[in-house]
Amino acid sequence: MAETKAPPLTPVRSPDTRPARTVILRRARELALVPALVLLMALGAVVNDSFLTERNLISILGASAALAMVVLAESLVLITGKFDLSLESVVGIAPAVGALLVLPSAESGWGTGFPAALAMVAILAVGAAVGAFNGILVVKFKLNAFIVTLAMLIVLRGVLVGATQGKTLFGMPDGFFTLATTTFLDVPLSVWLAAAAFALTGLVLKYHRVGRALYAIGGNADAARAAGIRVDRVMLGVFVVAGVLASVGGIMQTGYVGAISANQGNNMIFTVFAAAVIGGISLDGGRGTMFGALTGVLLLGVVQNLLTLAQVPSFWIQAIYGGIILVALMIARVTTGRAQD
Amino acid sequence: MSTPLVEARDIVKRYGPTVALADGRLTVLPGESHALVGRNGAGKSTLVNVLTGLQAPDEGTVRFDGEPAPPLADRDAWRRKVACVYQKPTVVPELTVAENLFINRQPLHRGLISWRRLRGEAAALLDTWDVHVDPEARTADLKVEDRQMVEIARALSFGARFIVLDEPTAQLDNREIERLFGRMRALQDSGVTFLFISHHLQEVYEVCQTVTVLRDARWITTAPVADLPRTALVEAMAGEAVTRQEQTARDAVAAEAPVVLTVSGLTSEQYDGIDLTVRSGEVVGLAGTSGSGKVELAETIAGLRTPAGGTARLRERQLPFGDVRAVLEAGVGFVPRDRHEQGLVAGLSIGDNATMTVLDRLGRGGFVGTDRKRRFAARLIERLDIHAEGPGQPVSDLSGGNAQKVVMARALASDPRLLVLVNPTAGVDVKSKESLLARVDSAREDGTAVLVVSDELDDLRRCDRVLVLFHGRIVAEHPAGWHDHELIASIEGVDSMPEGVDHG
Repeated sequence: MAETKAPPLTPVRSPDTRPARTVILRRARELALVPALVLLMALGAVVNDSFLTERNLISILGASAALAMVVLAESLVLITGKFDLSLESVVGIAPAVGALLVLPSAESGWGTGFPAALAMVAILAVGAAVGAFNGILVVKFKLNAFIVTLAMLIVLRGVLVGATQGKTLFGMPDGFFTLATTTFLDVPLSVWLAAAAFALTGLVLKYHRVGRALYAIGGNADAARAAGIRVDRVMLGVFVVAGVLASVGGIMQTGYVGAISANQGNNMIFTVFAAAVIGGISLDGGRGTMFGALTGVLLLGVVQNLLTLAQVPSFWIQAIYGGIILVALMIARVTTGRAQD
Repeated sequence: MSTPLVEARDIVKRYGPTVALADGRLTVLPGESHALVGRNGAGKSTLVNVLTGLQAPDEGTVRFDGEPAPPLADRDAWRRKVACVYQKPTVVPELTVAENLFINRQPLHRGLISWRRLRGEAAALLDTWDVHVDPEARTADLKVEDRQMVEIARALSFGARFIVLDEPTAQLDNREIERLFGRMRALQDSGVTFLFISHHLQEVYEVCQTVTVLRDARWITTAPVADLPRTALVEAMAGEAVTRQEQTARDAVAAEAPVVLTVSGLTSEQYDGIDLTVRSGEVVGLAGTSGSGKVELAETIAGLRTPAGGTARLRERQLPFGDVRAVLEAGVGFVPRDRHEQGLVAGLSIGDNATMTVLDRLGRGGFVGTDRKRRFAARLIERLDIHAEGPGQPVSDLSGGNAQKVVMARALASDPRLLVLVNPTAGVDVKSKESLLARVDSAREDGTAVLVVSDELDDLRRCDRVLVLFHGRIVAEHPAGWHDHELIASIEGVDSMPEGVDHG
């Protein structure tokens, strides 16, 4: 026994191929949805001639931009290990407040007569304020994020209906629609903005300490605290940023629709969660990438577009859409090989 | 003599009325591996919390290298002095090893994280301390020993040269323990000082130079390991003179008493080839360290786990493994390991908790008669002397002792033929402990067979015989009337006698 205890002088190194392989495998997981996306587009091209046209593809992007912003916002909150359901109501209330500030009383506005630019700032401020309110309740007062934001969802939806008397707001200045109507290289500004937001967030998440802190907090908040990360402050910040991003999504939605109805953003949160989870964001926190989330959004956008092109009877569209989300989740489970928790 | 690297003197720490540490002392010299030993509740973890700056002592001083310890709020200063590797990991599982090493202080390049430099620095750090772990690996994929080394390397990179290892070997097998010790010795040669906490005294002799013993929240002795023979160490831990109390005279179990539980050849990952029998009216204790497999064995008999092989029979019936419901119906009452985790539903009332297992007897076709349930629960409350307002009170209101009595009440509610008790008196006050153990005695008199798994000598002292598990095998059997040091020695696996010689 005694001889075997001598420590080996040259410890066995693991073969160098193994780490390289695991890195490739991890990268591959981020790309897991790409084959599904390609497959779906090929299917679309076969099924419908007008699918693979430039105009249709741009219209998919334009229709997905608002959803993309909200998914981006939700992904940040999810990675930090929390929930924010109220984002869908922010999509409605934030631009509505902006519109009410601009519109004269005759058009059911508040008659304050704000210039459009100031109204835009107010919209973002509403998003930030809602996020801060949620964040304070969840982070400082330790309320349950799921229920707090669910209550906020209902409250904000009610405030929107109340403030507009259930009416749809029309006739805002052009500034409200610029993002959807102005194009650059034939693609609407909203798409460019969403793409830039994804790229920037992806960069921050990967290359900035704050971004890495989100993963650390979501993965093991105690370890993050022990490493000197100001967990509470970062979480609060995430809620605020998410609120602002959702309000930008609201502006995009307004531009895309051309008006603000009292149920703008209604039920959107289900699609948002579906896109995030399909895209590999863990509901338990600490896992997921912006690229994954983006592929989740695009996948759902393509499906939505295909269903419309295929002229599925509108009464059945929801059932089919939900079924496809289920199938997409199963595919994502198989291709990523990881439990979606 | 050089300045001690760490010196704690006259440490007192109270939590409310309980004194967790009455006289904590520790002097660790630079470059040594210092063992801290003591039974559960001796005050080891409290002392560690004070030493690592997690809690301020009520009295006493801590000095590092002759200087007073930094204020509690200055985490960075503490991190440069001392680090503790706990059994519970303090890393982020989803991140790579490299990132865990440099969380929140990643190397930057023009304001952005430079992953290339991060990898390089992590590899260099791991290399410096001779840790052979791929810096790109996901931390969740690491083996326990590698994760521990990563945590040690991280602590060293902050500048700490004093590392507390809190039961580092509990989750390791023998070969991994050997490797861990090899690495510890190598780090020690490069000037790292360890405080090593372990229940395995064998390991203390293998890897430490000095040992400090705590008992009953007090410092007992500090001595070079070489000067302290095992028997003396065990005596210091057990405090034989104090604990040698009344060994209640009781009738031996009649040899013709029918065998209730027969376990033969039971084998799983945690234990191996277990044979044991419990007769009617017999209380059998099962002792061992936390990794010995004793809890897993009890949970297998209670139906929570499925073994790899072997059988267990209750009277003549085969026990259905892995099916708690069926085991319960076969006549087994069970007190699980941890009342908070598995024992009680905190939100429900005492009555609901106590009658959870017997609801089918309290009504017809799945409906439960509320009156019958209340009466039944009230009887249990009286029988077990639970101090409560009534069956309707939430169980979360109760003190530890009374809550544990509710768990016991549920085990007894079904009038079991075999009682399996795991740590039945863990974390309860002295009076409740007496009353819980008295219930065991009266169950014994009624002819129930009892299997007690416990870390507490007081629980085991009431047993007709105590079986000791070590690394998953029964290594000793002590009939009632054993001396504390005998039992502790065989639990810790330090046997002064040559192998194979029986105690009886």
